[in-house]
Amino acid sequence: MTVDIEKTGPDDTPPPPTQPEAIKAIPVRHYGRYVAAVVAIGLFALIVYAFSQGKINWGAIPDYFFDDRIVDGAWKTLVLTFWSMVIGIGGGIILAVMRLSKNPVTSSIAWFYIWFFRGTPVLVQLFVWFNLGLVFETINLGFYQDEWSDFMTPMLTALLGLGLNEAAYMAEICRAGLLSVDEGQSEASHALGMSQGKTLRRVVIPQAMRVIVPPTGNEVINMLKTTSLVAAVQFTELFRQAQNIGQSSGAPVEMYFLAASWYLVMTSILSVGQYYLERHYARGSSRSLPPTPFQKIKSTVFSVRRPKGVTA
Amino acid sequence: MSANAMVKAEGVHKSFGPVEVLKGIDLEVAPREVFCLIGPSGSGKSTFLRCINHLEKVNAGRLYVDGELVGYRQKGDKLYELKDSEVAVKRRDIGMVFQRFNLFPHMTAIANIVEAPIQVKRESKAVALARAEQLLDRVGLADKADSYPSQLSGGQQQRVAIARALAMEPKLMLFDEPTSALDPELVGDVLDVMRGLAEDGMTMVVVTHEMGFAREVGDALVFMDDGVVVESGHPRDVLTNPQHDRTKSFLSKVL
Repeated sequence: MTVDIEKTGPDDTPPPPTQPEAIKAIPVRHYGRYVAAVVAIGLFALIVYAFSQGKINWGAIPDYFFDDRIVDGAWKTLVLTFWSMVIGIGGGIILAVMRLSKNPVTSSIAWFYIWFFRGTPVLVQLFVWFNLGLVFETINLGFYQDEWSDFMTPMLTALLGLGLNEAAYMAEICRAGLLSVDEGQSEASHALGMSQGKTLRRVVIPQAMRVIVPPTGNEVINMLKTTSLVAAVQFTELFRQAQNIGQSSGAPVEMYFLAASWYLVMTSILSVGQYYLERHYARGSSRSLPPTPFQKIKSTVFSVRRPKGVTA
Repeated sequence: MSANAMVKAEGVHKSFGPVEVLKGIDLEVAPREVFCLIGPSGSGKSTFLRCINHLEKVNAGRLYVDGELVGYRQKGDKLYELKDSEVAVKRRDIGMVFQRFNLFPHMTAIANIVEAPIQVKRESKAVALARAEQLLDRVGLADKADSYPSQLSGGQQQRVAIARALAMEPKLMLFDEPTSALDPELVGDVLDVMRGLAEDGMTMVVVTHEMGFAREVGDALVFMDDGVVVESGHPRDVLTNPQHDRTKSFLSKVL
């Protein structure tokens, strides 16, 4: 459908003073695109038909879609994702700086942390956090003391399990970002008399963000889905709520589809957010910023209204 | 003369692993002097320049800037390495211009210039901005204040880089092949700015391949090859009447 639209030239180029006659050529026909579209639509229709004929009670999904328990579970999933990523990104930046530090002790500690948390499955780590009461019976922080089992709530288990695991991955992403910044940048900064910390904060990290943001967006989306694992440690988020309803209502598979749609909606919203974040950190790296989705839609609508032949 | 030299090198050695890049450099740069370093690539001239503001550590010998030892503190006959923060303080007074400009690409031209005065010298934004505008005007780019480096030509970027270094009001400017990465027709603008600086009495150490600039503007010139100073003197004498065969063969290729 977008075949003709993409041929639109930039709108802001000023017309030359004496305008020659616009070229009115018949554009190349891309028959392959039509064939591919027909095949794709056909296959999709077949899949939809197959699912609609299956022994699945589709009506159950809208019935429960905005069920209080589902909405509450989705909210908990978002909260868990947010705080796990806060721990992950904060820890990741610290670990990355530690790994790149000239201090051999801190860089070894960071190496060991990443080696351990990246080397074991996150589900296993969650169970270890969950069962840590076997090692510690009570907790005593001086100002706060409690039985371990009361202290280690499912929420805290989930947060620590997911957040500390994520920190290991984020550390590698941040390290790649920091290393991607040209050495001349920190040299120039040092030559101006800026300290190591200022150089990092003002010069290196802002440029590293351009490399760090896209994989981090990926990690956020991944995290949103990975939170479904914490159903195994008694934390009732979206997936566990869907399972519970499935068992009580006798429509377990339907609830999986319901959960899947919720995850899809949430990850789609996150993808849009990621787009704007990437755009923000692209400042100065290219001569003009790419259009926002809204600008794209606007220019698309505008170009469709134009008479054919003018678009050259 | 030697007591108040701006830069003084005594037997400076520098090695990268097993490779000895500087094999004992002795020279002096007087205040207000334009001091040119020429020589084939790999001769160690850029490395020596980077030693002056301690971007590279000297392995042996002594290097002084304005009478103070670079990178170390001497107490009795013992040398103590300076902390990073102490090195940073000394670098404030030494401006450096790089071959590849090294402007901060995420900041506009004027933000590049005010960055160090605000962050390092704790100047107020108004003061820093006012001087940055003057400096941009001086390098002929008053209208480019809000452009990002990627929107500027190489010559314009290099002139912003010079303004950025000048914003710290240095007593010494180091130029590391400032025109080598530029299109030939852009070289002149940058050299004009440097010529203006020289006329204002700035002490400058310039690594360059621009023999014309060295002859016109330079007060002293050193020809380096293979980590040693082969020949030194007034630019006109060395460039028109070289004494050593190595200098003669180099000049015959570049002039």
